[in-house]
Amino acid sequence: MQKIKTFPKGGVHPPEHKLSAGRPIEVLPPGGRVVVPVVQHIGAPAEPVVQRGDEVKVGQLLAKSSGYVSANVHSPVSGKVFRIDKRFDASGYKRTSVIIDVEGDDWLPEIDRSETLVREITAAREEILARIQEAGIVGMGGATFPSHVKLNVPRGKKAELLIINGVECEPYLTADHRLMLERGEELLVGTRILMKALGVDRAVIGIENNKPDAIEHLSRLTAAEEGITVQPLKVKYPQGGEKQLIKAVTGREVPSGGLPIDVGVVVHNVGTTVAAYEAVQKNKPLIERVVTVTGKSLAKPSNFLVRIGTPISALVDAAGGLPDDTGKVVLGGPMMGKAVARLDIPVTKGISGVLLIPDAEAHRRPYQACIRCARCVSVCPMGLEPYLLMDLGVHERFERARDERVMDCIECGSCSYICPADRPLLDYIRLDKLRVGEMIRKAKQAVK
Amino acid sequence: MDKLLTVSMSPHVHHRDTTSRLMYGVVIALLPAWAASVWFFGWGALYIPLLSVFFAVLFEYLIARFLLKREPSVRDGSAVVTGLLLAFTLPVNIPVWILAIGVFVAIGVGKMSFGGLGTNPFNPALVGRVFLFISFPVQMTSWPLPKGFATADAVTGATPLGLLKEGMRQGEHVADMMKELPANLDMFMGHMPGSMGEVAAAALLLGFLYLLWKRIITWHIPVTIFVTVFLFSGLLWLIDPVNNATPWFHLLSGGLMLGAIFMATDYVTSPMTHRGMIWYGVGIGLLTVIIRRWGAYPEGVQFAILIMNAFVPLINLYVKPKRFGEVKKNG
Repeated sequence: MQKIKTFPKGGVHPPEHKLSAGRPIEVLPPGGRVVVPVVQHIGAPAEPVVQRGDEVKVGQLLAKSSGYVSANVHSPVSGKVFRIDKRFDASGYKRTSVIIDVEGDDWLPEIDRSETLVREITAAREEILARIQEAGIVGMGGATFPSHVKLNVPRGKKAELLIINGVECEPYLTADHRLMLERGEELLVGTRILMKALGVDRAVIGIENNKPDAIEHLSRLTAAEEGITVQPLKVKYPQGGEKQLIKAVTGREVPSGGLPIDVGVVVHNVGTTVAAYEAVQKNKPLIERVVTVTGKSLAKPSNFLVRIGTPISALVDAAGGLPDDTGKVVLGGPMMGKAVARLDIPVTKGISGVLLIPDAEAHRRPYQACIRCARCVSVCPMGLEPYLLMDLGVHERFERARDERVMDCIECGSCSYICPADRPLLDYIRLDKLRVGEMIRKAKQAVK
Repeated sequence: MDKLLTVSMSPHVHHRDTTSRLMYGVVIALLPAWAASVWFFGWGALYIPLLSVFFAVLFEYLIARFLLKREPSVRDGSAVVTGLLLAFTLPVNIPVWILAIGVFVAIGVGKMSFGGLGTNPFNPALVGRVFLFISFPVQMTSWPLPKGFATADAVTGATPLGLLKEGMRQGEHVADMMKELPANLDMFMGHMPGSMGEVAAAALLLGFLYLLWKRIITWHIPVTIFVTVFLFSGLLWLIDPVNNATPWFHLLSGGLMLGAIFMATDYVTSPMTHRGMIWYGVGIGLLTVIIRRWGAYPEGVQFAILIMNAFVPLINLYVKPKRFGEVKKNG
C-alpha cells in the first residue's frame, strides 16, 4: 500500500456515523407510480419525446437532451405514461416530469441484463463518448454535470491522469463504499473505459482510509492492472471535493476559476464509472442508482439499488419507516445535502442518500456575535476568510467580496460547521456568490 | 405527512464547540495558575479573583440591560474570563474598591463601549490593568512576597523586573544584580513577588498545554512571543552581558507567560490568519524587550500587547491566507 495522503489546507472532521456501511446493496423492485423529471443534471432540460398514454419499456428514451450540456432521460420502468406534468423535485421547485404507472418490468431487448462481466473493451474512443452521452450519464456524486462533457478534452488541453473518486467524505453516506466492495470488477472495467475515452494511461482510485475493506479489495483487484492504482487518503472533509482530491492525489492545484483539465486531470465518481461500464458494455442507460437511506433513529439503515423516479417515501418505508422523531429530511449528506419539505419527491440521478435527522438535531442554534476566533479561516479548504465574506454580504459590499475571491468557495460548509457562535457564514457567502455572479454576467454582456 | 419538516440550508450538522465552551475552556486552563497563586499568596488569591469575576459579570449585565438596552449575553463566559484575567494581573493585597474600578474600566470602557464581545479593539483585561497601573501606582506596585499558604502576611517587595529596573537606574551592573535576583528555577515555580496569576510559569505552561490539547488556541502567538523574546534578549545579552539580563530571566519574569498564553491570544483582539498571528507575536516580543530594557516601566508585556492590538486590523487587511489555486499551473 502507498503512503497515506490528504489535502494540506483546512478541512474538518465531522463524526462519521456510517451506519449502513455493513449493509449490502438491496434491490428495490419498481412499483406504483414513478415521477421522472426531465432535468436531473446541470444544463438545459431534456425535451420529452413521449406522450400521455404511451406504453414505455425500461430503457426507452423519455426525454431527449437539448444541447451539448444536457442529458438524455430514459424510462426507469415499464408501463404507461400517466401524464407529463410539473412535479416537485429535490430543489423545492416544480419541474416538468414524465409520470409513469408501473406495469411489470419489461426491458428493451437490446439491453444486456445478464450478470456476466464483459472485460474486453471493443468500442473505439468516439463510440465510448457517444454511448455515454446517449445513456444520459451525469456525475453521480451529486454535481450531476453531464459526463460526456467532462470526457471530451477541449482543444489545447491534455489529460494525463484519471482520478476515480471513491472518497465519500460526507458523514452517513455509504453508497460508493458498497459499490466499490460489491462491484469492484465492473468499476475497474469502467475505469478502463474512461481511460480509453480520455486517452490516458494512468488512473488513481482515491479512497479515504475509513474504508479499509474497500481499499484492500480494490488494491487486490488492481494488483494485476497496469496503470490503475489505489490511493488511500487520510479521512478529512471535504476531500471528495474535486479540487481537494486532485491536490491530495497529485499535489497540483486547480487554478482559481479553472477546471481540473487545466492541471491535466479528470475526476469521475465511483457511481458514474460503474454507470459508464453498464452503458458501454451492457448498452444500459442510466435508469437506476444506489442510494443510502440512513439516520440515527431509522430502524434499518440501508443501501438500495433503486430506479430513478421512485419516491423517497418508498425508500424510507423499505428501511423501516419514517421514525416518529424525524425533524428534517436531507437528500445527500449532512454537510452539503439539501433539506426537503416533502417525501413524495423522486430519486434523481444525483441523489446519493436520504438522511433522516431527529427533531432534536434538526434546528440551528440562534447565532451570536463573531468572537473572531479565526476557526473559519483555518478550516476553509480554499484559503478564504468566511467571517469577512459574511460581513461583506451583510453590508452588501459585493465588489469587495468578488475581490476577496468569493467565487472560489466550493460551499463545503466547513466554516458554518465549525463556527462556535453558530453564525450563518455559508448562507451569506451564497448570497455574495449570487450577487457577484450577476455582476460578472452583466459585465460580460456589457463587453458584447 | 401530518407533520412539517424543518428545511434549512446546508450544513445540517454542527461542531459541538460553542462560544461559552471555549470561554470556560480558558477558565479551566487558568485553574493551575490560580491554585499556585492561592498556595503562594493565601486566601486573598482565592476571593479577589472571585470578586473580580462577580464585578465583571455584574457590570456587563447592567450595562447591556440599562445602557445598551439589549438582552445581556453574560452566559457566554467572556466576562468571566475578563474578570479572572484582570485579577491575575493585580497584586493580592489590592483594595477591593480599586479592584472594582479596574473591572469597571475593563468591562465598561474596554469592552461594552465598543459594542460588547467581538467588537473591542483592545484586550479589556489589559485596559483595566493599565488604567489601574497609571491611576494607582503605589497600590499597584507593592507586591506581596509569596510566603506559602500558612504565613501569608503582608510583607511586600519589588518584582524581579522592578529590582532590575531600579538597579539599572542606580547605575549598577546587571551581571552583579543577577546574583541577588531569584534563580531561574524559583521563577519557574513561582517563588517570586508578582501579581496573582503571573508568578508560576510552570502552572501557566500547564494551562497552555490544556488550551492546545482542546484546540482552543493554536501555538502560533505564544510560541512566537517566547521565541522572539528569547532571541532578542539573548542577542542583547551576548553583545553586552554587563548591562543586560539573561534571556531565561526575560522569559520567566513578570507577566510574559500570562500575557503570551492568555492575553495575546484573546480571540477578539488577535489576527485572523496564522501568518498574521506570527507577525503579531514577533511585534509583542520585540516591544516587550524594548520596553523592559529602555522604557520607563519595568514590565513591558501589557503595553506591547495593547500596542499590537492596535495593529490587528491592519494585519488582517494585509496578511491574507494563501488562496487555493494561486500557484502556477502544474505547480
